[in-house]
Amino acid sequence: MNTKELIIEKVKEKFSESVEEISDFRDDLSITIKKDQIVNLGRFLKENSDLQFIMCKDVTAIDWATRKKRFTTVYHIYSFKLNYTLRLKSNIDDDPPTIETVSPIWPSANWYERETWDMYGIKFINHPDLRRMYMPEGFEHHPLKKDFPVLGIPGSLPLPNKAD
Amino acid sequence: MDRIKQIYNDEKLLKKLQEDRDISIEDVLENEMVINMGPQHPATHGVLRLVLRLDGETVTGIIPELGYLHRGYEKMAENMSFIEFIPHTDRLDYLATMCNNVGYVLAVEKLAGIETPKRAQYIRMIVAELSRIASHLIAIGTFAMDVGAVTMVMWTFREREKVNSIFDRIAGARFTTSYTRIGGVASDIDDQSIAEIAKFLTELEPALVEMDKLMLSNRIFIDRLEGIGILPKEDAIALGVTGPNLRASGVEYDVRRAKPYLFYNEIDFKIPTFTQGDCLARYFQRGDEVRESVKILRQCLDKIPQGEVIANNPKKVLPHKTEIYSKMEELIHDFMIINFGINPPVGDTYFSVENPKGELGFYIVSNGSGQPWKLKIHSPSFCNLQAVSQLCKGAMISDVVAIIGSLDPVMGEADK
Repeated sequence: MNTKELIIEKVKEKFSESVEEISDFRDDLSITIKKDQIVNLGRFLKENSDLQFIMCKDVTAIDWATRKKRFTTVYHIYSFKLNYTLRLKSNIDDDPPTIETVSPIWPSANWYERETWDMYGIKFINHPDLRRMYMPEGFEHHPLKKDFPVLGIPGSLPLPNKAD
Repeated sequence: MDRIKQIYNDEKLLKKLQEDRDISIEDVLENEMVINMGPQHPATHGVLRLVLRLDGETVTGIIPELGYLHRGYEKMAENMSFIEFIPHTDRLDYLATMCNNVGYVLAVEKLAGIETPKRAQYIRMIVAELSRIASHLIAIGTFAMDVGAVTMVMWTFREREKVNSIFDRIAGARFTTSYTRIGGVASDIDDQSIAEIAKFLTELEPALVEMDKLMLSNRIFIDRLEGIGILPKEDAIALGVTGPNLRASGVEYDVRRAKPYLFYNEIDFKIPTFTQGDCLARYFQRGDEVRESVKILRQCLDKIPQGEVIANNPKKVLPHKTEIYSKMEELIHDFMIINFGINPPVGDTYFSVENPKGELGFYIVSNGSGQPWKLKIHSPSFCNLQAVSQLCKGAMISDVVAIIGSLDPVMGEADK
């Protein structure tokens, strides 16, 4: 049994109702799961002794702009035992977008989720320190949303006052 | 002048100033102090700002603040074609430009399904390893300078200068190279470049021995690094630390070995690891990686095959400029690729390469058009910086500088 089949079998065994889609594009395995099960799936993948996805490489989001479920959060996790990078996805349909944090499972997700909040405005519930990562505190917009113009919004960043 | 008058007339402010004057020396000793380090601090390697909470000289808490060099590359990438983004990858990790170029085009090639000729792949390996040597040399040099050994930076910059001259010959630019193209590289390397690289390698080896002699006979350098900023293996994995910093903590993980790209599976090389996980181990780690890169380069120069350096795939790969001016078909393809892009199939891919700083990944989402719908840069410096707050807790102020130097962040990459 190869790695991909093993992962799919283990996940389907436990989360058969919550898995929305399993896709395999260009040799990248990607599992889409219901929003409320992402923490459970993450914990299962980390703690299962056959899988051991102990490292979270990346958390980000996609803004689909026109879809009904506008945002998708994307997690890349890595297992040293299987030598495999797995992608988890979760579609968010509520407005304003919220999802449970995975930082208790993978501490490295702390900053990645802060960055995603900064860029997309997705609130991570129970996140220990949800501040902006790059943009200044007090900035109102979330730049990577598709409705934010490339040239920025005039006046959204206050310029320093002129000296007397 | 008006402002000074204002202060004198403001009773509240005057009262506060009066109170401040009553501070005694005991008050200072008893209380914690918050100081701000950066963003304009030479030892923070760019515009990194740290807010330190101090008890005497011991750091009790540290908060890194990022974003002073945020240029919004991910937003810009969504509004330009795949080819247009190549020069912007130079500006991510500006000490290892070639590695970024290679990583980005490989990610796009994976998404679009483009096969690249073997010679081009070997050239990419050569330039990436040269770039790795240059980046590690700077890391070692500036790190040594941060802890007070100023001679070292001159010696490492001298060697790195030679790499820049080789890049000047290969790519036509010393620093912002933009050398790779989707489907190959911009130009072939000639025999003289290969001779120059071989000459550089023979000169580098004795220089490395000399550098080690200089540093390891320096008591101050060793004492300031040994046992400082220890990052245990489990914490390194949990905090997502990558690259040399992860390997210095004892995790044998290198993308070149874990998931070989280019032709690293044909090359014989070791992955050096250390178990101590302190600042000194991170220094040794980089030195050993330079030696491995020298070995890889030697094998590449021996094995490089003859042939094309750009793929023959007219719908996806830009034709050469001379052909555009003389042939009709090529002119049409050039027009289509420049104006409408290479249109990869709908889907998303993640591709990562081993950069000098760690694992650089590109997550690209395509909706079938010529521009990426989303391009996420997984930058190693960003991941490594996350460990700063844990490493610096309980350290001295002078150790903070050593720890940041040993992690070797580049803010152009961390801030994107």
